[in-house]
Amino acid sequence: MSDLPQTVDENILAVRDLSFYYGDFRGLSNVSLDIAKSKVTAFIGPSGCGKSTLLRTFNRMYDLYPGQRAEGQVLFHGRNLLDRKQDVNLVRAKIGMVFQKPTPFPMSIYENIAFGVRLYERLSKSEMDLRVEWALRKAALWEETRNKLQQSGLSLSGGQQQRLCIARTIAVKPEIVLLDEPTSALDPLSTAKIEELINELKSDYTIAIVTHNMQQAARISDYTAFMYVGELIEFGRTNEVFVKPRCQQTEDYITGRFG
Amino acid sequence: MSAVMNGNAGPIEFQARQARRVSEFKWQDTVFHRVTLLFALIVLAALAGILIALAVEARPAFGQFGMAFLWSSVWNAPEENFGALSAIYGTVVTSFIALVIAVPVSFGIALFLTETCPAWMRRPLGTAIELLAGVPSIIYGIWGLFVFAPLFAKHVQPHLQAVLGGVPGIGRWFAGPPIGVGILTAGLVLSLMVIPFVASVMRDVFETVPPQLKESAYGIGCTTWEVVTCVVLPYTRVGVIGGIMLGLGRALGETMAVTFVIGNANRIVGSLFAPGTSIASTLANEFGEASPGLYISALFALGLILFVITFIVLAISRWLIRRGNAKRGTQ
Amino acid sequence: MNLYSRRVLTNRIGVGLSMAAMLFGLLALLWILWTLIYNGFSALNWDFFTRDTPAPGSEGGGLRNAIVGSLLIVGVTSAVSTPVGILAGVYLAEFGGRSRFAAATRFVTDIMLSAPSIVVGLFVYALAVVTCGGFSGWAGSLALSLIAIPVVVRTTENMLLLVPGSLREAAFAVGAPHWQVSLKVTLPAVKAGVVTGILLAIARITGETAPLLFTALNNQFFSIDMSQPMGNLPVVIFQFAMSPYDNWVSLAWGGALLIALMVLTINVLARVLFRKRSSE
Repeated sequence: MSDLPQTVDENILAVRDLSFYYGDFRGLSNVSLDIAKSKVTAFIGPSGCGKSTLLRTFNRMYDLYPGQRAEGQVLFHGRNLLDRKQDVNLVRAKIGMVFQKPTPFPMSIYENIAFGVRLYERLSKSEMDLRVEWALRKAALWEETRNKLQQSGLSLSGGQQQRLCIARTIAVKPEIVLLDEPTSALDPLSTAKIEELINELKSDYTIAIVTHNMQQAARISDYTAFMYVGELIEFGRTNEVFVKPRCQQTEDYITGRFG
Repeated sequence: MSAVMNGNAGPIEFQARQARRVSEFKWQDTVFHRVTLLFALIVLAALAGILIALAVEARPAFGQFGMAFLWSSVWNAPEENFGALSAIYGTVVTSFIALVIAVPVSFGIALFLTETCPAWMRRPLGTAIELLAGVPSIIYGIWGLFVFAPLFAKHVQPHLQAVLGGVPGIGRWFAGPPIGVGILTAGLVLSLMVIPFVASVMRDVFETVPPQLKESAYGIGCTTWEVVTCVVLPYTRVGVIGGIMLGLGRALGETMAVTFVIGNANRIVGSLFAPGTSIASTLANEFGEASPGLYISALFALGLILFVITFIVLAISRWLIRRGNAKRGTQ
Repeated sequence: MNLYSRRVLTNRIGVGLSMAAMLFGLLALLWILWTLIYNGFSALNWDFFTRDTPAPGSEGGGLRNAIVGSLLIVGVTSAVSTPVGILAGVYLAEFGGRSRFAAATRFVTDIMLSAPSIVVGLFVYALAVVTCGGFSGWAGSLALSLIAIPVVVRTTENMLLLVPGSLREAAFAVGAPHWQVSLKVTLPAVKAGVVTGILLAIARITGETAPLLFTALNNQFFSIDMSQPMGNLPVVIFQFAMSPYDNWVSLAWGGALLIALMVLTINVLARVLFRKRSSE
């Protein structure tokens, strides 16, 4: 275990010797790391380095596509998520995900949030109202939407849509929230709001975020993983990775010499 | 750390309610998969059913006349002696006339819509062509019978006869009294029906040409006509032929537009002015009154022949259009 | 003439001919519409909608039985082919993938889209009319369904394939089962397109004549019993137009105008709806 990058905090997810294949192409090679509970872990690296692929193994998103498979272990509460017998719907209810482009469902703002909650919980109308309000407040969207909950989710602006997606994700009370480049399609102002939100959410949720934007990773994360061509190059506390990287490649990347 | 590390205890356990929901979802998804599969199977079974039903019903006729059914032109209901040749002849000749006219016109329309049409007219004109494709064939039929055929007999056929009637070889195509209805009229009405289909497909495949390709041709000083004939057409050749085959498939199987104007005479006369019949119009006219037995069976045999011909034509057309479109994916 | 001016001339002729072709297409549409209105409009009076088809040789009459029959047959057809077509389309998009079965089904629907409709009539005659004791409105609806279903299947599948992968993934990401992802998220996301497909299918079958000739047959009298032969506009138009009676021919024109208006309206409606919803 000595070669494994260690975190000092309590861990919620442990990745061990994870390899990933798109057909014959190997997208990830022997990745091992821990995700600390109630912290923000950022994944950075040039395009195609496998950071999104890694994130998508945590909620078995690759199951949707025949020909994609993962080997190794992703341990969550002592169970291997990659186990074939593991029910993926439950995994996804416990490990939520927000995507690069806002993806509001084609239904009202209220229903967007209630949809996921209704899947695993039976709430009365008033309980559901409270849950929707709670989620929208958490996502800092309540004030803007409280008077138009029955309008289509598609009627919101891009930044609002993305916050709606975050509200939808936390409404089901997951333990981990995966963010796959959540701000890359947004303007700077909306991006700042989302970053602020991430900062507030981390007291309740464990957050794993993939980002292209190194400043963003530096600003919001506690841990940073640098990946390159399917391998984990460096993993550690964010301030250490950015200030005193151990690997030359990491330093080159964060100083903008390549990537 | 230790809690995370003993990784061999199987799937995660959650609250009882969640576990129950998960097993509900499992069987719901299974039902969903099966139900949608069933409906897809129905669709697949329908075509197989058509082939089988036609073949079964046509057997007595083929049993009686053998393969000679295909090249006998006798069609005598009282004596129960049947052959498909007249109907096949009418079907093929009318479709051929329709294509000879429809292909250049459709090409012109597609060229206009993709190259020379001002941008603001593109959508309304394209829509007009699509609406023309949506007009039910019986409308073409009634229009052809009451409006087109009389005009054609009075103003066009005499001139055609006067000009082309004396030309050796093709003169006999224009022999006989100019009565309006007949093979040529049916072919013309059919061409009008087919034009919108072929033009729409051609427009769609023309639009798959990458703009850079056309721009480079314009860039070296090509005229519009040269760009279309030397760049667009070669590039979209496969898809264009597919569109023409699609039109051919439509023309071969068209019933109402032809039945009204072909004259319904079950015989082969060399002249295009003479009334004739096609497979579809024979079926439309005679099936309702046919006596059970050999007569009905002979009509089913006609249907089977029509279905097999159009099936082949449409299969080729689909294959060509797909291949034409696949090009776009690789660009 | 030098090379350049010959090229310019060729171009002028080519482009000029293409404009002529376009004009020809437009004039054909206008000519047909104008004849329909000219001949059919005078037939569209009160009697046209309230009286039944006249007996041979009798005066006046209307098309009430045929209009009601057509509405019934088309209504039943839409009610049947919409769910069948959508579910089969969902199968192809969600589970079909590249399997042989899916490829075969796609091939079959593509062929059925353009297969001769009269052959479908023959098939239903052999399948339902012979075995179930005679011509009926049900048989007519069955024949029309076989024409409408492929249209709905193909539009549904094509529309579903346009749904962004991330929307599907997002629905799975909240832990939803496959059927809810399909029926509550992806299908509603392309509702406008699917409805357009259904409308186009209805437009297509509204004017179909050939498959009804020996399935629904015709009925001179008013009837809403689907198990009996049933009057319907296309077949009545066919019979009346070919008849020697002036009032029949006039009714045929009226019926043709009515059908053309219905079909064009549905077509335009479908396009407007699709454009409005997809530009949102």
